[in-house]
Amino acid sequence: MPRFILQRMLSMILVVLIVASGTFFMMRLLPSGPFAREKKLPAEILKNLEARYHLDDPLWKQYVDYMKNLLRGDLGPSFKYKNRTVNNIINDGFPVSAALGVVAVILAVVIGIPLGIWGALGQNGWQDRLVMFVALLGVSVPNFIMAVLLMFVFAMWLRVVPAAGWGSFRQIILPAFTLAGYPIAFLARLVRSSMLEVLRQEYITTARAKGLSERLVVFRHALRNILIPVVTVLGPLIAAVFTGSFVVEKIFAIPGLGRYYVTSINDRDYTTILGVTVFYSALLVFMNFLVDLTYAWLDPRIRYVEKKVS
Amino acid sequence: MRKSLSLVLIAVLVVVALLGTVSCKSSNGGIQEVTYNLGTEPAAIDPAITTGIPEANIELQVFDGLTRIDDKNVPQPAIAESWTISEDLKTYVFKLRDAEWTDGTPVTADDFEYAWKRALSPDLASEYAYQLYYVKGGEAFNTSIKVDSKYYVQAVDAKGEPLTKKEGDKDVAVPDMTKEIDPSKDVGVKAVDAKTLQVDLESPTPYFLNLTAFPTLMPVCKAVVSANDKWAADITTYVTNGPFKLIEWSHNEKMVFEKNATYWDKDKVKLTKITYYMVEDESTALSMFQSGQLDASSTVPVAELPSLVTSGDAQILPYLGTYYYLVNVTKKPFSDVRVRKALLLAIDRKGIVTSITQGGQIPALAYVPYGLPDALPGSDFRKTSQEDFYKDNDIATAKALLAEAGYPDGKGFPSFTLLYNTSNAHKSIAEAIQQMWNKNLGISCTLKSEEWGVYMDDRTHLNYSVARAGWIGDYMDPNTFLDMWVTGGGNNDTGYSNKSYDALIAKSKTTADPAVRMTALHDAEKILMTDMPILPIYYYTNPVLLSKKIVNFFQSTLGFVDWKNASMQELPKGS
Repeated sequence: MPRFILQRMLSMILVVLIVASGTFFMMRLLPSGPFAREKKLPAEILKNLEARYHLDDPLWKQYVDYMKNLLRGDLGPSFKYKNRTVNNIINDGFPVSAALGVVAVILAVVIGIPLGIWGALGQNGWQDRLVMFVALLGVSVPNFIMAVLLMFVFAMWLRVVPAAGWGSFRQIILPAFTLAGYPIAFLARLVRSSMLEVLRQEYITTARAKGLSERLVVFRHALRNILIPVVTVLGPLIAAVFTGSFVVEKIFAIPGLGRYYVTSINDRDYTTILGVTVFYSALLVFMNFLVDLTYAWLDPRIRYVEKKVS
Repeated sequence: MRKSLSLVLIAVLVVVALLGTVSCKSSNGGIQEVTYNLGTEPAAIDPAITTGIPEANIELQVFDGLTRIDDKNVPQPAIAESWTISEDLKTYVFKLRDAEWTDGTPVTADDFEYAWKRALSPDLASEYAYQLYYVKGGEAFNTSIKVDSKYYVQAVDAKGEPLTKKEGDKDVAVPDMTKEIDPSKDVGVKAVDAKTLQVDLESPTPYFLNLTAFPTLMPVCKAVVSANDKWAADITTYVTNGPFKLIEWSHNEKMVFEKNATYWDKDKVKLTKITYYMVEDESTALSMFQSGQLDASSTVPVAELPSLVTSGDAQILPYLGTYYYLVNVTKKPFSDVRVRKALLLAIDRKGIVTSITQGGQIPALAYVPYGLPDALPGSDFRKTSQEDFYKDNDIATAKALLAEAGYPDGKGFPSFTLLYNTSNAHKSIAEAIQQMWNKNLGISCTLKSEEWGVYMDDRTHLNYSVARAGWIGDYMDPNTFLDMWVTGGGNNDTGYSNKSYDALIAKSKTTADPAVRMTALHDAEKILMTDMPILPIYYYTNPVLLSKKIVNFFQSTLGFVDWKNASMQELPKGS
């Protein structure tokens, strides 16, 4: 087991480095640069700026310098936010996005999973149709429509929560529901179909034949087996939700990390593009690693056995 | 089970509703506090390095320059109590008043000298350093090469071209070691004593007192800034001297300012607290305005603007800017001035501003917008001399010109692309103009939308036929619009070149006589409007959301907000 973890750690670092390298060279293929303005800068001033940010060095040198700093955990200064470093930007934005993400994931789990089970139990009945309808709605309504709709109903019409902003728990409610919309629907569909499959298994028939109550059959015998696909999607889902959503953060004016995935590219803020990409990929591979570890705990058939070399 | 669940739900609803009523109580008009949507996180708050309007809207609250712009867009004494100007209009001597930094130390002439030289130094690499190129030796210092701790002029070869050499894989500028620049002597800003600042200019600059109110020329506290280059990253070291001081900054969320109790003119300052929010989405800002979370916003959704103006919740303020199309004059058939004029005349500007932009924009029948001073006090550059250069929607003349150029009814006119940077507003205008050209002239073009960086790149490299552009003035003088069209000018993205135009712009920069200068600028604009490398469409406006509670809100025509004289009033019940 320790050896497995070590191997996975190394491969995770490798993946992140490959992502960083790919991003580094791809973003430099984009036309224009971080200092392109509608009012163009005089050539001499541009030269001073490029010297200050070492953009006048040959590309290979910039790459080597960046990688060296990256390995030390230094993501460099932002080109757009002149007095901030990319580390500052992530330190400020990530806790906000993550706080919102925790609430959204909890909502997704506590609403999505029971919804799926409920639907499966009444297969093809009215409750199943209702669940499938809600799931279809959740998957197909884009989050910017959902956001505006929720804001209109709860902030403008009923006036029970503030329209936007950050700082109080009441301001989390609307964005969290918006963010949870898709995962709720997705989980509900996934749980429903997994549950239907599990309920057809022979051991369930056996359990029922033993005379167990339906509640015990579902919650003790069936539920554990539908958790594997749920955990599989939950890993990347958590990585995606925790690092913030551009649309939700923009509409609800939330000071999270999500905006930077889009704005940094528009601004050609090279260090920020790299920083948030590396951060997201690191989180993603780490979540997948956790998912793999959870498998072993959930399903005794999956165990990490070290190969004995004879 | 089911019963208890519904009880819990009801309880939750009641609590939420109660919380809602508590926070939704309307703010009291008697309290001198205002909330404003800045629209974005500032790129920085160090006045020497920022270039944007949102940044200026922070810096102007916390700093006070030599002058400050009043509500008529005229500079008034601020930290400078008075000044004298030499006969040749090139030397200014400012007398400073007693004023304090927020750390309790006095504001001195030394702080100004330090701040301006800092903004000009090549090490700081300020994007707006050229706002100080008017100062004698400023440009030379900014473009000099640093060797160890000294600055040198770049060497030139026999042809007068700047000299560089290869150092590894890098091109490095070669300094001329015989020509040292010593910023303490060679840059024309000097603290004669603690309260006297002498400024020498390169050439007469009639709008210099406007510039001294500009963020780049704000003083900074030498003792603090010279010891800590991260001074503007943290509010505890952000020492300032303006009407307000910054007490809180949550990135991408908000900034809080309170009245500066040691400001020299504190009796005029009514507001005790300003909160800036950074809400990027215009519709969200409107929702927050309507639910009482905001008193004002720098952004207004275009679709809602007409009804908001009617209800008195939005105002359309003047703005120094022109929206126009660039024409690539190096490319056939656009190299023919008759073709460019045909395109210009076949646009229905009135239709565009009334049914598309809907923000009170003014159809542009010339290039330089209204609101810039001419030579005589109180006169307007646009209204002096020639106000309009052509008629709007003049289809008959347009058709005749196109036929003269060899394309009667558009026959044989090659199809071309109309380029704009991705935005719904630009798209709607481009679609309308595409139709107008097709209907009026019988020529067809395809629309091409590009992401900002790609679009700028294509514009710079003249890789387009016709492209959307806009220009917002930097300072209160027609020169801010005109000097960009000189041959090879960094912002002249059309390939346009006219020697007489260049000569007139050069003349305007050297003459000391304001009347001669303005005549030269008027003549230059006339040439531009004869050659027509650009197709002016409308003059910008600046719509803002503004609560009726706010009194004396001031936003200059450059787009700078100043809360110094603003206050809040109590509204009669029911309004």
